[in-house]
Amino acid sequence: MQQIISLLSIFAVAAHAATYDLPPLPFGLSALKPMISKNTLQIHHGKHHAKYVDTLNSLVAGTHLENQPLETIIKESYKSNKSIFNNAAQAWNHSFYWQCMKAKGGGTPDESSHKQLCDKINASFGSYANFRKQFAEAANTAFGSGWAWLVSDRKGNLSVTKTIGAENPMVASGRLIPILTCDVWEHAYYLDYANLRPTYVDTFLEKLVNWEFVAENLERAMDSGRNWSC
Amino acid sequence: MKLAISAALVGSASAWSTLTMKAQTPNSRRNILQKGAAIATAIAAPAAANAYAVPDLLYPFEALEPYIDAPTMKIHHDKHHGTYVANINKATEGKDEVDILELQLNALEAGPAYRNSGGGHYNHAFFWDEMAPPDEAKKTKPSAELEAAIDKAFGSLDDMKAKFEAQAAPGAVFGSGWVWICASSDGLKLVGTPNQDNPLMKGVTDEVMFPILGLDVWEHAYYLKYQNRRPEYVSNWWNVVNWDKVSENYAYVTENKAGVPVRG
Ligand SMILES: [Fe+2]
Ligand SMILES: [Fe+2]
Repeated sequence: MQQIISLLSIFAVAAHAATYDLPPLPFGLSALKPMISKNTLQIHHGKHHAKYVDTLNSLVAGTHLENQPLETIIKESYKSNKSIFNNAAQAWNHSFYWQCMKAKGGGTPDESSHKQLCDKINASFGSYANFRKQFAEAANTAFGSGWAWLVSDRKGNLSVTKTIGAENPMVASGRLIPILTCDVWEHAYYLDYANLRPTYVDTFLEKLVNWEFVAENLERAMDSGRNWSC
Repeated sequence: MKLAISAALVGSASAWSTLTMKAQTPNSRRNILQKGAAIATAIAAPAAANAYAVPDLLYPFEALEPYIDAPTMKIHHDKHHGTYVANINKATEGKDEVDILELQLNALEAGPAYRNSGGGHYNHAFFWDEMAPPDEAKKTKPSAELEAAIDKAFGSLDDMKAKFEAQAAPGAVFGSGWVWICASSDGLKLVGTPNQDNPLMKGVTDEVMFPILGLDVWEHAYYLKYQNRRPEYVSNWWNVVNWDKVSENYAYVTENKAGVPVRG
């Protein structure tokens, strides 16, 4: 029976090759407990994120954006097609957000393993404490549904920004490169924190940030700067 | 007479929106009295620090069960609405007290605190009062005048509901926002607005319009019970709409060419 089902689903995938597939969570559904509950992850990933991906795939099917890389779709649709943009950017934002978290993460990035990141945080914000204050402020004041971001230019100058809806810094004015994000749509925290967004944001910073991923993103951002100048 | 006073008070863009302020209501008389009182006590004390308050619900938190659950009502009313009220009180501290309805028209120019927290206060106060427990709501219906206006604009009440539900879908109001039925210069209109914006605010919709029915589609309005299933929340919500109150709202805005006053 199990085999029949998986055969059927393979067939379904083959029959309708999706432009973008929902990536699995990079951790188990219970891995972030009690900071983020299994229930939240199940719905957030399995329903919200999955819905953005499904809607994106159906919206681009048969258009020139079908089977284009997700970032291309985001950039191309930004000014021209709001619903494709919203779903494409939300697909990207959530995939990125999951990777920004891990069990036993958060706190200050480790100086010895992430020296470049620590240097850039200090150079851009003065201190980790200042970065954290600015990031929490952005996350807590994104009015309605939005995202808080740590972004980099191609030289590794960092700043904090917030966006509303699906908006992503890679297309927003300034066109900066996201290296960390926190989802502050209410669905990200409501089952665990209800209206207490600041507690969720503090918990994210204190216990969840995956600094390895952030450091890699910074490295890529600066690499693209080096390639850019060649 | 009423119109003359209103028009004299506000100079703004369209014929319809020049009429949005209502100099003749009890609220405005209260403002005038309060202004007088404020002047009298100005030497002794600064202007009132808590001009706005969260109005008590007209029904218990659990009264809208099973369509809207008690925990949602309590957090929504006490915490979310409470925060908007605290923030608009902070933003207006030391200023002359103005009825919350009258803050709406120029909220965009007045800045984010007025737009977000002033809008949040008005919208929620409006929202609570248009709902009733399901067994009471069931006995209410649109007045003959409202029904005629609905038929004219949307075909029928069922058609209006279907269009409203489509406008309330996550793809139509993306993220946080509200869905409204409003009286406009051209009959009833259906619109969605982002965040805490509403059609009373100049610049939000093509013209200023007067809401008679509004639905909160922020995730906090339904997430504890419905999670990602916003459409189910929206279709269930009709069970707690008090059509007598909506009819009253319609009669008020058509007679006064002004937004509905709210408690708080
Ligand atoms: Fe999300
Ligand atoms: Fe609300």
